[in-house]
Amino acid sequence: MKEEKNIHTNSEVLVKVEGLSKKFCKDLKTSLWYGVKDLTANVFGNKNVRQLRDKEFWAVKDINFELRRGECLGLIGHNGAGKSTLLKILNGLINPDEGKVTIRGRVGALIELGAGFNPILSGRENIYNNGAVLGFSKKEIDEKVEAIIDFSEIREFIDMPVQNYSSGMKVRLGFAVAAQMEPDVLIIDEVLAVGDIGFAMKSFNAISQILKTSAVIFVSHSMPFISRICDNIILMDKGKMLLKTNDVGFGVQSYFDNQKLLGALNFGEENIILNNVKIHSENPRLEGIIEYGKKSIFEINIDSLNDYPKVKVSILVYNMAQINVALFESRYISIKSIKGQKFIFDFGDSFLSISNYFITVRFDDLDNKKALVVSNYVNYRSFQVTGAERLVFAPLYLKEKI
Amino acid sequence: MPLETRIYQKENHLKLGHLFKASFKDMLSSRFLAKQLAVRDIKAQYRQSFFGILWAFITPMFTALVWVFLSRSGTVTLTETGAPYPVFAFTGTLIWSIITESINAPTASTKSAKGIMSKINFPKEALVLSGVYKLLFNTCIKTLLLLFFVFFYGVGFHVSQLFFPLAILMAILFGTTIGLFLTPIGMLYNDVGKIISVGLSFLMYVTPVVYVIPKEGLMKTIMELNPLTPLILTSRDLILGNPPAFLNYFLILFAVSALLFSVALVFYRISIPILVERSNA
Repeated sequence: MKEEKNIHTNSEVLVKVEGLSKKFCKDLKTSLWYGVKDLTANVFGNKNVRQLRDKEFWAVKDINFELRRGECLGLIGHNGAGKSTLLKILNGLINPDEGKVTIRGRVGALIELGAGFNPILSGRENIYNNGAVLGFSKKEIDEKVEAIIDFSEIREFIDMPVQNYSSGMKVRLGFAVAAQMEPDVLIIDEVLAVGDIGFAMKSFNAISQILKTSAVIFVSHSMPFISRICDNIILMDKGKMLLKTNDVGFGVQSYFDNQKLLGALNFGEENIILNNVKIHSENPRLEGIIEYGKKSIFEINIDSLNDYPKVKVSILVYNMAQINVALFESRYISIKSIKGQKFIFDFGDSFLSISNYFITVRFDDLDNKKALVVSNYVNYRSFQVTGAERLVFAPLYLKEKI
Repeated sequence: MPLETRIYQKENHLKLGHLFKASFKDMLSSRFLAKQLAVRDIKAQYRQSFFGILWAFITPMFTALVWVFLSRSGTVTLTETGAPYPVFAFTGTLIWSIITESINAPTASTKSAKGIMSKINFPKEALVLSGVYKLLFNTCIKTLLLLFFVFFYGVGFHVSQLFFPLAILMAILFGTTIGLFLTPIGMLYNDVGKIISVGLSFLMYVTPVVYVIPKEGLMKTIMELNPLTPLILTSRDLILGNPPAFLNYFLILFAVSALLFSVALVFYRISIPILVERSNA
């Protein structure tokens, strides 16, 4: 990072958003026609108050926040909550229908890596194209090209056409170029978890460097990244700001609470469909609550598309800082190819501290002595631990009592 | 160093003059990006072919050859043109293709950049400029061919030929201006592109591209009013060394085009956010 950036005080407001709203149209034909109308209105300044026209809805409604240098704002919410639209407005790609955005300094956006790549051209040629699109001058790219190639770790293939690159290599190259930006305001949309673990960590570190000297707006569905990077959270739902807080843990928790429909990510073969998980202590009616020092019972309801004679259910418990605090492993169960099977696991007395947690549920099939992940539901649901806490060492690894 | 401040809101408070200044500034600052985009497209166009850059010569040569063949074989009887017909036809089709290409160029470049436009903020003027660069590249090749014809058919060197590049630039200015006005609506409705291609193929027959203006009749009136006529005729006169017959019309057209071009550029600039919003990519 260049030193001159440190001259600016840390408290200067770089991004100011006031009463920002944007509407979209649900119907293509109508949308195109409104487009023509807007084009005409635009020529005359378009100063009228915008009302919702037929078939329109507010994609973003009344957003307000300020962001200073050195701060990182996490923008979370489910798909369609309006996060990407908000980013597009902040990036100046589309104009708001109400309100105002004031941005100071050079804006960098990590939204799509490798924008403008041409498959026929070599990696090196594409570095110049991509760099030019991102606003670098020829001189800047000349200076940085070696650093970019080193960062991407694909020197060997740099003169090969990009069409022969693996998707991971393309992303590496795209990130390597984008990481050379020295923005005052950085907008990141779901691009951190790129490539393999090693490269993901490398890109994470590169971002952390940029974080120190700029104001960052970060959109992700990965709560671990959010908790590690952000110091402010805005939770969006249906275009509105549901919550604005600088308590990141609380923000992340609200995100899961807001996740009424279990839109959890499922990795694996998806042959086991998790319908619901009920979590309680002795009293099944106090669902979602485990009393400190009492039984932890997990009732799992699943559909399966196959017969699995020997399956182990693992429930990973995370605290709100996204740290894995416990692993509950079941005995081997036999799953039939039918719908609505219910399994009740009693993991014994729980000594998790009083707080909120969420779980990841994984199904491993032990077939031919090899464990295969059948389904893995990440960020599945949350639960709470209540009651009177005693100072006891909380076991991290619990096995189901048989 | 004070930081640049950007404000995004619904109104366009800025005056035409300011907008044009900003647009022009972006155009200048985006020369590298424009060049890079143009080089990318040209390279990509020819790299995946055996004959490569030769194709840039082959296509215009065949257009000219078709007309040479039609006139030589007597399929089409044309009024005496007062110059070797291949040169006559080739200058006509050359300028005509520049005009049609430059009308289509802004829409084509903008459409092909739809993907980046909805993700990255870069000066969109670069797209217009890269279209012009690509046109200039194609034109240079065609002009080389033209020079060959000029000497091969014994037209020889005339001082006026030195002004030919200016006529080409004028044709590009004229076409790009029209193209810029059409781009915003053309981005929304594909109909516009279709209307343009139908319209242009009709227009070619009321423009003296491959034949001279008739001595009398309705066609004469139409052709003399047609703003494309001075573009074609002036450039041809420059090549053949004739005194340009439509020079006044040509100069008026230049003044009007230059003025409208700045308006078109502003219109394009303020329309982009609406296009990004409506054309999901």
